[in-house]
Amino acid sequence: MATATAQPTNRSASSDVERQMLRQMLLIRHFEEKAAEAYALGKIGGFCHLYIGQEAVAVGSLAALRDDDYVISSYREHGQALVRGVSPGAVMAELFGKATGCSKGKGGSMHLFDAGKRFMGGHGIVGGHIPLAAGLGFAIRYRGGDQVCICYFGEAAVNIGAFHEALNMASVYKLPVIFCCENNRYGMGTAFERVAAVTDVVEHACSYDMAAELVDGMDALAVYDATRRAVERARKRGHPTLLEVRTYRYMGHSMSDPLHGVYRTKEEVEEQRKRDPIAQLAMKLKDEGVLDQTGLDAMDAEIRKEVEDAVRFADESPDPDPAELTTHVLAD
Amino acid sequence: MATLTYRDALNQALREEMQRDPDVFLIGEEVGVYQGAYKVSRGLLEEFGPTRVVDTPIAELGFAGIGVGAAMAGLRPVVEFMTWNFAVLALDQIVNSAAKILYESGGQIPIPIVFRGPNGAALQLAAQHSQAWESWVAHIPGLKVVAPATPADAKGLLKSAIRDNNPVIVLEGEMLYNVKGEVPEGEHVVPIGRADVKRPGRDVTIVCHSKTVTLALKAAEQLAEHEGVSAEVLDLRSLRPLDEAAILESVSRTNRAVVVEEGWPHAGIGAQVVDVIQREAFDQLDAPVLRVTQADVPMPYNKQLERLAKPSAERVVAAARRVLYLD
Repeated sequence: MATATAQPTNRSASSDVERQMLRQMLLIRHFEEKAAEAYALGKIGGFCHLYIGQEAVAVGSLAALRDDDYVISSYREHGQALVRGVSPGAVMAELFGKATGCSKGKGGSMHLFDAGKRFMGGHGIVGGHIPLAAGLGFAIRYRGGDQVCICYFGEAAVNIGAFHEALNMASVYKLPVIFCCENNRYGMGTAFERVAAVTDVVEHACSYDMAAELVDGMDALAVYDATRRAVERARKRGHPTLLEVRTYRYMGHSMSDPLHGVYRTKEEVEEQRKRDPIAQLAMKLKDEGVLDQTGLDAMDAEIRKEVEDAVRFADESPDPDPAELTTHVLAD
Repeated sequence: MATLTYRDALNQALREEMQRDPDVFLIGEEVGVYQGAYKVSRGLLEEFGPTRVVDTPIAELGFAGIGVGAAMAGLRPVVEFMTWNFAVLALDQIVNSAAKILYESGGQIPIPIVFRGPNGAALQLAAQHSQAWESWVAHIPGLKVVAPATPADAKGLLKSAIRDNNPVIVLEGEMLYNVKGEVPEGEHVVPIGRADVKRPGRDVTIVCHSKTVTLALKAAEQLAEHEGVSAEVLDLRSLRPLDEAAILESVSRTNRAVVVEEGWPHAGIGAQVVDVIQREAFDQLDAPVLRVTQADVPMPYNKQLERLAKPSAERVVAAARRVLYLD
């Protein structure tokens, strides 16, 4: 039975977890700011899709997972890779195309991988990785494990066939997959309501007899709680869940795009920034006395240094050896 | 040695590999309860159960992606397409996921998967159901592609494909499923990347694969009988990697070649074979290399037109006569 309604809030994150979430969101924010700078300097090439504004989604959801669970994402995946524990240096080096990158400089921004952390990639074709998530879930079920797989994609992927085929099969086969739709309202420069007949993504769960939940993606704790419920459903009963997490990207679709462009107004972006996920959680922790301004400043300074170290590491790392051109085309 | 149909040889390969390795499973449309659209999977559901013989909805992109995802986690899926004509819907998963994930992950995640099913025209199935997809898939680095012509090669190549740590495309001949031949029992593995001389000869090399091997053998018989010509029939068996050494060895002895395929002429497999020959054996050639292909048209339904569109033994004989300057 589909349950396409928000669950009553029953917050369960401890203050340690909350503090950790704040730290991770700040890491993503500062990392992405530095990535934007490096892109402007020509140190990062190609397409580079930043996660600024959406930090609460990766941070809140991944806090609910275990280390042996699988994570798979689209091309806007820097944040998830960082939260999953791929080091900022290895991620930045990958953006720089360096040999020390988490994909050895062969994948770039859109194809971050760390098999050891079960981070199964960044994938560049909209929606193409959603069936892969079902396959990872299939493998878990095949082996009788109690792991889960979480799959991130944008709302624009909901219009592509791969989404529907994967959700149908995940439900038919009872696969332990959490389909986490990060609804940031725009597929590149096209507002979702201009191209989607059904604009509440959660409603699609009804077609596949799947549990679903609508979540405030600017609230890391709400994302955490919803993901915990989905993880429990997957781990204990092998049932998939569709989460629609309403979020917002402050930047353009990629670094090639203007900040707000002509498809949305500057005022809209400014309005959204008032619900900034980092500011909200910082405020809450201060209100609760978990963290004071001095503590927050220290955390911020520490993260800025960590990111600067990552940039330096990427900058100083070597390019892949020319012989790497032809390695890894085929496995032995 | 037992005599088996091509269909049963494939079935034997699947059964033996599933017995050998619990990570091998079969997924596709009608593979289980229906026993396979072409009965290649007959009896497997009963032996291995629904976890390992998985019926799917008609959703090629989706179940191909499930296969690739399962391979990312270390399983060894065999994905059956009811025909390769439908696999075109899954090309994103084959080309963008299966073939690329190892490379773009810097070597971290191999994709040990088999995509298999019937390929090439059957009889009067018209344009959308009568296509040879070799050159589409053989174009892609990161894939291996095999196209067996005999029951023995079908068994041996499918077993190699399942054991390979890479995505392997197995193009089965839709018109070959009933063909009978001797098949070694048990451990019979044909290495991927090795061509096979199906008939030795001295005067001209006929390069072929899959169903066109039958045409080439028939043509060689006619050439021997009517022209006193000794034609060598070289079955490529693997299209990626291509056994360039075997092609060059044969052509450097016969000095003439005809390349036959079921696909269209433009950018076809034959064009690749011709490239190898002109590049590496130019000085050994006594005549330009000719190709026999399907006509450069969508497959017509009408029986007479269909016959005209397909490569035939007669057209292979005619091409061989031309490279031998017998006309």
